[in-house]
Amino acid sequence: MKETAIRNRIYKNNLIKGLVITFALLCVVPLISVLFYIVKQGVGSINWDFLVNVPKPVGEEGGGIANALVGSLIIVGIATLMAVPIGVAGGIYLHENKNTRLANWSRLSTDVLMGVPSIVIGIIAYFWIVMTFGSFSAFSGSVALAIMMLPVIVRSTEETLSLLPRQLKEASFALGVPYHKTIMRLVLPCALSGIISGILLSVARVAGETAPLLFTSFGNAYLNTHPGQPMQSLPLLIFNYATSPYEDWHNLAWGASFILLVWILLMNFFTKLAIRKWRITY
Amino acid sequence: MEKEKIKKGKNAGSFRELSGTLWDNESKVLLPLESLDKLRLQERNFRAGLSTASALILAIVTGIFITLVIASLPSIRATGFVFFTGSTWDPVKNIYGTLPFLVGTVITSFLALLISVPFSLGVSLFLGEYYPKGWFSSALRTAVDLMAGIPSVIYGFWALLILVPLVRSLEMGIGVPAYGVSILTASLVLAIMIIPYSASLGREVIAMVPKNLKEAAYAMGATRFEMIKMVVISYSKSGLFAATLLSLGRALGETMAVTMVIGNSSILPKSLFDPGNTMASVIANEFTEAASTTYFSALIELGLLLFLLTAVINIVGKSVMKKLNVVK
Repeated sequence: MKETAIRNRIYKNNLIKGLVITFALLCVVPLISVLFYIVKQGVGSINWDFLVNVPKPVGEEGGGIANALVGSLIIVGIATLMAVPIGVAGGIYLHENKNTRLANWSRLSTDVLMGVPSIVIGIIAYFWIVMTFGSFSAFSGSVALAIMMLPVIVRSTEETLSLLPRQLKEASFALGVPYHKTIMRLVLPCALSGIISGILLSVARVAGETAPLLFTSFGNAYLNTHPGQPMQSLPLLIFNYATSPYEDWHNLAWGASFILLVWILLMNFFTKLAIRKWRITY
Repeated sequence: MEKEKIKKGKNAGSFRELSGTLWDNESKVLLPLESLDKLRLQERNFRAGLSTASALILAIVTGIFITLVIASLPSIRATGFVFFTGSTWDPVKNIYGTLPFLVGTVITSFLALLISVPFSLGVSLFLGEYYPKGWFSSALRTAVDLMAGIPSVIYGFWALLILVPLVRSLEMGIGVPAYGVSILTASLVLAIMIIPYSASLGREVIAMVPKNLKEAAYAMGATRFEMIKMVVISYSKSGLFAATLLSLGRALGETMAVTMVIGNSSILPKSLFDPGNTMASVIANEFTEAASTTYFSALIELGLLLFLLTAVINIVGKSVMKKLNVVK
């Protein structure tokens, strides 16, 4: 009687262990499937022409994604230029002023901003930039992406700074170094790894964003480098061509997906590298 | 490496340069290199810059809210409460009832949550409890990180070409109209997309469980499952709840993957196999086409609703997580 009870408990234990392992391993199936299809369908269409040409109309052979590639780089680049200074400065403020009223409200805003759906950010960029200037533009897309990058940068800056020992700053103050120089020349270089990895993470996060670009940068079938005009980007191209009924365009979308995925995975890889390279031990 | 840099002052600048002073050997005093007034001004500007950045973030969020409210005023005035209860969405006749989208959003999000919970709990327990170390668990961790990094538009594309035919053959098997694109398909993609997020949050919550509590349970003769049930789960209950809540917030606002596979039909869905629409997908589809003021403003009212929902969910979820010291 007692023995069967124990056997039951052991049996149950093993059953749950089996379930946990099964469910954990099943999670990887979609990932493998996504990677498999993207590599299988995308790798074939990657060549030099694919990278330097713009898409051709349906029915014509060839064509590439140069416009989307350049567009993505420009849109994300401008967004990074806007988000990094504000984000890093905001992060420093939050770390340096823990409990002021502004810090609390600003911290709450960061939390809210972190969860705002990207499509809502798109609407906002439409109102603030597209309506003001009267046309869809790459710049409005950059503004949307910059707003999405902000909370990630603020958070990572704040967290990295809180890992630094207090003595570092105290020593600097004791030597009579003014506040701004202590922060700019001592604290920031020490926290560089965390801040850079935060920036890289935020870039990787927004590089694949499509929804906020739908009504801001809008897309463009031609190569355009002027930020005041509509511009194509990789995610938008994938969305437009994937939902089209044409086989040629699907292939183009697979190729673009492959490039976008490689880009984002490389960003993640560099993030890990940045953390390792600049890690500080005391 | 960095340590040396700091010691030598390469990165940090020399003391003399940093403090802005110069030791005068004859008079035996520190002479300021630049005037103190200039330093004070610089410092004040620097502090002002920091607080401006912080205030700007606050201003952006407030601005988002105010812009959404102002822009949705025409629709609020024109439709009133019928906006939430009406089940007809007909821009041509100027009727805006969003019940189909509200239902679609709620069903897809909750179904996705339901599907993802066993998987994300499995991953969290696997990484946090069963195999916290070793090459295998680090491989799984990397895989889950990779999943989180894949853009939603790529998930959508994959689902459109792989998942939709699968669901279609399932629908043919059980004898319902085989669209392939349906609420069920959207929920499946959503589930796949939120698993990495809730799994990594769950793993952090589970790692917070004190070791001595677990050891005590083992000392009482509990099996591992009993220990997990009685110690780990009950200790991390609120954290796991918050993790689920935060992933619900993600699922509510997810746009691209859902838009690509949900079928975009504005009719109130009757079963899981019907095509539908969510708040986010209807905005994505119709925003640039909306010609009349009320139509346009109705879409923005949906955006306002999404903003408020996710803001509340995020504030609640984050505050629970902060209380548990998982996220700072």
